[in-house]
Amino acid sequence: MAVESIGSQQHPKIAPWNDPVIRGWVFQVVVVGLVGLLAWYLVSNTVENLARQKIASGYAYLSHEAGFEIGDSMISYSPADTYARAILVGMLNTLKVAVLGIILSTILGTLIGIGRLSPNWLLAKICESYVEAFRNVPLLLWLFLFYKIISEAFPGPRQAISFLGSIFLSNRGLYFPVPAANPVHAWMGLGLLVAIAAAFAVHRWGRKRQEATGEPFPSIWTGAGLIVGVPLLIWLAGGAPHQMSWPALRGFNFVGGTVIQPEFTALLLGLVVYTSAFIAEIVRSGILALNKGQSEAAAALGLSRAQAMRLVLLPQALRLIVPPMTSQYLNITKNSSLAIAIGYPDLVASVNVTINQTGQAIENIVIIMVAYLSVSLSISAFMNWYNKRIALRER
Amino acid sequence: MTDVPVGERRQLPPPTTDSGAWGWIRQNLFSSWGNGITTVALVLAIVWLLNWFIEWAVLTAVWTAPSGQDCRGHGACWALIHEKYRYIFFGSFPYEQHWRPLFAVIAMLAMLILSADRRMWNKRLIWIWSIGSFVSFLLMFGEINLSSSLIFSIVLIVGVAGATLRSTAGSAAEINAWRAVAGIGFVGLMLRLLGLLPAFTISIAPLSYVETSLWGGLPVTIILATYGLLFAFPLGILLALGRRSHLPLIKGLCVGFIELIRGVPLISLLIMASVMLPLFLPSGVTIDKFLRALVAVILFAAAYIAEVVRGGLQSLPKGQYEAADAMGLTYFQKTALVILPQALRVVIPPLINTFIGFFKDTSLVLIIGIFDFLNTANQALVDPKWAGFPSEVYLFAAFVYFCFCFSMSRYSKYLETELNKGTRR
Repeated sequence: MAVESIGSQQHPKIAPWNDPVIRGWVFQVVVVGLVGLLAWYLVSNTVENLARQKIASGYAYLSHEAGFEIGDSMISYSPADTYARAILVGMLNTLKVAVLGIILSTILGTLIGIGRLSPNWLLAKICESYVEAFRNVPLLLWLFLFYKIISEAFPGPRQAISFLGSIFLSNRGLYFPVPAANPVHAWMGLGLLVAIAAAFAVHRWGRKRQEATGEPFPSIWTGAGLIVGVPLLIWLAGGAPHQMSWPALRGFNFVGGTVIQPEFTALLLGLVVYTSAFIAEIVRSGILALNKGQSEAAAALGLSRAQAMRLVLLPQALRLIVPPMTSQYLNITKNSSLAIAIGYPDLVASVNVTINQTGQAIENIVIIMVAYLSVSLSISAFMNWYNKRIALRER
Repeated sequence: MTDVPVGERRQLPPPTTDSGAWGWIRQNLFSSWGNGITTVALVLAIVWLLNWFIEWAVLTAVWTAPSGQDCRGHGACWALIHEKYRYIFFGSFPYEQHWRPLFAVIAMLAMLILSADRRMWNKRLIWIWSIGSFVSFLLMFGEINLSSSLIFSIVLIVGVAGATLRSTAGSAAEINAWRAVAGIGFVGLMLRLLGLLPAFTISIAPLSYVETSLWGGLPVTIILATYGLLFAFPLGILLALGRRSHLPLIKGLCVGFIELIRGVPLISLLIMASVMLPLFLPSGVTIDKFLRALVAVILFAAAYIAEVVRGGLQSLPKGQYEAADAMGLTYFQKTALVILPQALRVVIPPLINTFIGFFKDTSLVLIIGIFDFLNTANQALVDPKWAGFPSEVYLFAAFVYFCFCFSMSRYSKYLETELNKGTRR
């Protein structure tokens, strides 16, 4: 055979059953067909079962009256409200626990992770014991333990431990006075958001100026002043409403004021101590992965240990820490669904009651899945954006 | 001094302040003022806590008592554990038959411990797990009924697995033998399905039958975690391979399944298994609650294992795939003989960590009313005679969980260094 014909040679004819492209498609069609067949089988069974048990389908029930109490709610809710509102209340509770859990366990986890690297042997060992003790026992067990301790070790409302006659600690939770509802508060909240945004802007501007001129700007103090000052000014401008709502024992429980419930406390405490053990390990391995020269160079420059940690080590370790941290944040969000076991009304708990009352399992499970998937995807998207922002810009 | 040559100078001992116990304390506890203050504060806190704990848990504790009443006003009520430990470990399993779950747990632990030994990582493991599983489930159920279709299916699977695994290494006669086994299974199964072969059942019933609703405690936790992961493993490998596949439909299906499962909490899957699975099946067919929970755990675990295995697949250099292709291996041969053996080796330590996670997460099945170890501990508190001592029971349960998880995490760490010995500098 002539050599020059190799490049221009036609592919030898291959039988269609040996062609990898055709085989691939046949295989895919067969697999998809089998999955489709299974789905069709399940759906037809379901339709038949639903018809036989006379269970309605569709989301019409969402506008019906829910008729069940919810112990903790961020928005006004009564049993006369609709299922949709009950589920929304649950969703907000899930978000509240998740956001607080993420913030607190990040702080605690970072402190313990750094503590494990402390030159003080005793402190390092204590932090190590903390990590091993909390992450090797199921979260659910911690939730039960904390909940039972709070609800059984504290006295009933009548024997509540009181501080200054206005803060009451009992097995119904911690009651404390809050300012009575006033329209000025909404404006103060808005002012706070604006102040936070402004503080960020000032911080960025200050850093840019420092990079350009070397002149530092006290952006942390300015920011703190803004965040405290703006709402305070709005409060004064609104006539400084100072009426308070005081908790008082009425019958078997307290009325007035506001309450942190034992279910909420136990859930948050459990999530934070459990997850912070994992976060501590992530932070520690992130810092350990850095070249030893980084901490030595920082020491040689005369930075103190705290300064070296804050200005040199943590910013670099952050790049290694963020991806595994993202999955821990997702875990907190998903684990907050354990609330149902100790009776805190989160999303799954609300939906579970709805399933039991309406019998419409499929629609409700779809609600849970969509809600968690959207929260998970938002967290992932945010953390991916953040990860990209702090990533090493290679030139 | 200067007149002594360098090599002949007397070796001086290190300064006494830097060596020995005193030196160690100076360096690790009192290296600076701040450090010293921290140490003193921590020692005081520890002494105070330990003092309180030992007084509660040992000095004023009640070890045996007829009822919880006698514990009031004292320290820890360990008498409650003494009274209830058999319920906490074995649940509602008939009391005089408790030796059965005990030996089942011992058998399963023995299997796990034997599997931890690297010298056993070969064909022996298959025999250990087949025989061990059979013995454990025989002990738990008391009788095992093998229907004819099940027997033929097992024969078919064993034959196909043998023929494929030995397809390159075995002699022609051996492969033909495996094919014959598979053929017998296939023909038998077909004849049975067509109704040409009468149905028969092999019953092995040396003990009285105990249904799964009576199972409880430690065996349930171990079975859910171990067998959940065991069945999820092949599924997870298939999903991981599917996710790395070039076929768009397969890839889409696998990515969709993995991300859907990983995006929702296990509880929602368990609730789904308990309320939706009955709707999915034809009317009249009911699935045991225990099996439903196992199905949910398997699906959940498969998605997580798939991601771990994918990490292993991605860690392989591309040359491995290309070399296998150049050798003219088919996709199946390439995957089974070249890719998976290397990829799975890398992911053994993370897989053990997944197992630890699932060992803890199986406690969630108590939401749908299965009596795992945590749930039986919970139920032990319900007895009005012993009400009011939750800390003792939960600390006891936490201790048991800790022993399992801590030893597994230590093993995982040891294995990681052991497996990396070849590549470490």
